[in-house]
Amino acid sequence: MDRPMDLHYTDAQEAFRAEARSWLDAHAPAPRSLASLDTAAGFEAHRAWEAELAADRWSVVSWPEEFGGRGVGILEWLVFEEEYWRAQAPLRVSQNGVFLLAPTMFEFGTDAQKQRFLPPMASAAEIWCQGWSEPDAGSDLAGIRSRAQRSDDEGGWVLSGQKTWASRGAFAEWCFGLFRTDPEAERHRGLTYFLIDMATPGVTVRPIPQIDGESGFAELFFEDVFVPDDLVLGEVGKGWNVAMATAGSERGLSLRSPARYSRAAERLVDLYADCLERDPDRARRSADSVAQAWMDAEAYRLNTLWTATRVLDGGSVGPEASANKIHWSQTDLSIHRAALDLLGPEAEFHGDGVDAPWLDGFLFALAGPIYAGTNEIQRNVVAERMLGLPRG
Amino acid sequence: MHFAFTETQIEFRDAVRQVLAKECTTDDVRAAYEAPAARTGRWDTLAQMGITGLAVPEAHGGLGLGLVDLVPIIEEAGRVVLPEPLAMTAGVAGPLLADVNTTAAGGNAHVVRWLEGVASGDLTAAVADARYPRLPVAGADGADLLLLVADGPDGPELHGIDAGHAPVVSVPSLDPTRRLGEPAWVPSPESLLASGAVAAWCIARTADRAAVVTGAELLGLADAMITRTAEYAKDRQQFGKPIGSFQAVKHLVAGAQVLLEFARPAVYGAAWAIDDGTGDTARAASVAKAYASDAALEASRISLQVHGAIGYTWECDLHLFLKRSWALAEAWGSAADHRARLIDSLLAEKP
Ligand SMILES: Cc1cc2nc3c(=O)[nH]c(=O)nc-3n(C[C@H](O)[C@H](O)[C@H](O)COP(=O)(O)OP(=O)(O)OC[C@H]3O[C@@H](n4cnc5c(N)ncnc54)[C@H](O)[C@@H]3O)c2cc1C
Repeated sequence: MDRPMDLHYTDAQEAFRAEARSWLDAHAPAPRSLASLDTAAGFEAHRAWEAELAADRWSVVSWPEEFGGRGVGILEWLVFEEEYWRAQAPLRVSQNGVFLLAPTMFEFGTDAQKQRFLPPMASAAEIWCQGWSEPDAGSDLAGIRSRAQRSDDEGGWVLSGQKTWASRGAFAEWCFGLFRTDPEAERHRGLTYFLIDMATPGVTVRPIPQIDGESGFAELFFEDVFVPDDLVLGEVGKGWNVAMATAGSERGLSLRSPARYSRAAERLVDLYADCLERDPDRARRSADSVAQAWMDAEAYRLNTLWTATRVLDGGSVGPEASANKIHWSQTDLSIHRAALDLLGPEAEFHGDGVDAPWLDGFLFALAGPIYAGTNEIQRNVVAERMLGLPRG
Repeated sequence: MHFAFTETQIEFRDAVRQVLAKECTTDDVRAAYEAPAARTGRWDTLAQMGITGLAVPEAHGGLGLGLVDLVPIIEEAGRVVLPEPLAMTAGVAGPLLADVNTTAAGGNAHVVRWLEGVASGDLTAAVADARYPRLPVAGADGADLLLLVADGPDGPELHGIDAGHAPVVSVPSLDPTRRLGEPAWVPSPESLLASGAVAAWCIARTADRAAVVTGAELLGLADAMITRTAEYAKDRQQFGKPIGSFQAVKHLVAGAQVLLEFARPAVYGAAWAIDDGTGDTARAASVAKAYASDAALEASRISLQVHGAIGYTWECDLHLFLKRSWALAEAWGSAADHRARLIDSLLAEKP
């Protein structure tokens, strides 16, 4: 069908927006009223908020209804996200599960796995963390050493080794992890993707304070941790392919919706207007970078709609996800860097003041070029897989 | 919401790409450097395909389509450094004349004749940037129609003159196919197309369209430079391997590619906004031009660097792309100009 280009949302999509908006207006906690989700108390407060979202089926709108969603498409999800960020609702404590694992589970999971895991993921009754990186395997993910040994007697696998930097690992109930099941095979071939109950004997968690002092991630130690066969996601030995599907979600459409940056860019313009009153010379020096940051967010919004349309028309997202990841991480930095310049000598003020989110946001933005595969690795992918340059 | 070109638009673009690959090689561009001309056999071919009149109303011999239809084709023009003034004639002059024709001045018989000339390809046009009424006009040297701006009692006025009525002094450009020219003319009641609010409206719409079609041309240029550079990097060997296997080289090329990836939807979205007419078209045009200018400048920078000394020669074709990019990156507002315009517009919204 030859549909003409159209960037208006449909009436039905606008009605969906109105419904989401009125629900969020009635229910969303006041901005920044919950403690940081990297603290034990804050984690539980965020879990309670997501349970409330889930009770009215707003936590995973794009999932099928049987798993707690509304069965709407990707565009409606983008509309929901616009409203979510407009309402300044809390960060999603379940993001590793909902945005990363779930798309992979829909693609590779068995029916039993979907029935077992998706509903409590949607309601935040079970929160997931990602156990991939190891002390000696970061960018070189295929170099992981943590092992899973076959136990035919018990019908499963015995895991041992160490994972690190697992976001929300300090408090999460479940972990999706990559382990080496075949030490003889070529390094990408001998990996398997496991779903691990963190309460299993042999799992030890050591929280790691991040740059802001909070326990945003953790080291995970595995000593003879038994995982039954039905908790392997995808095929044994095919963990790399399954993991690349998750990585595609992490870098592509799923993890960072454009509304996050559009909203921050709007607040940046407010800050700029405010600065023009208080310190016009400083404001004018920053005008160009404020405009650039706003444009970066707008270009991201447009590119997301472009990509979403391609996906809806049956296309796929390949190495473009790497370009996307570079762009969203740089956008986050350009927005926050511009904000700190506008704040000037007040940029370092730490605490609960009205401008505090800028400093917190800046600290978080700094991690963007590192996690989800560093931007250097993404540039390699763009050069090799989009432009065909030879591997080094 | 459906942010994609139609199959028909893609097929048309592909057809144009094929024609231009044959009819506009870098040798052809070099020939145009020696003898720049507005109307050529190649121009006639494009006109016969309906491209010059794509955005001219059907009543005047055009196809009555919009910028969304035109933008992918202008991108192809950029890809081959097309010497003829397709973006300005089809993307800017045609729609501007159509705008004028819907106003009181539409009674002007010249306007209809010009519209028909744009549609048939009998006429090429040069359009002045209203912010620089005293600077040479791109494409004026050799154009058939000049659309110019003069100061009037009620602000800027829009004038149109057949080129034969105004001698044009040619002004050298870095890219000779730009055919810069200074028309010797005096605004007269006969040449007046619009004044006051109507002129302001026409001029504002023209600035946005020009920013977007120029942006589209820059996308094609950036894509061509990145593709050529990637090919060169696969081919050229140093230290016993292709230079494209060195990460420093990869990262230069990848950085330019990422910028281009994000410039594209910005330009397409702005073209749609202008056709649709409901949103803030000026803002969309500014995002498009700023992103496209930056993408093409970055592609230019890394292309020259990755080519090394050969890229710095007259013999290597790269300079044809560089020079057009440098000219167009500044035309109709640089990236910084458009960021300044954007910030003003964002502030104007604040209480
Ligand atoms: C806030 C945060 C949250 C995280 N959350 C998780 C999580 O939940 N689960 C998880 O498993 N991991 C997580 N990570 C870890 C993250 O995936 C890794 O940090 C990342 O993959 C990089 O690995 P590394 O830190 O070991 O750095 P290294 O791989 O040692 O890299 C160090 C530097 O060398 C560069 N480099 C390395 N190899 C190359 C190459 N081939 N070419 C060019 N440059 C190269 C890198 O780009 C980087 O600049 C998180 C990290 C952060 C910062």
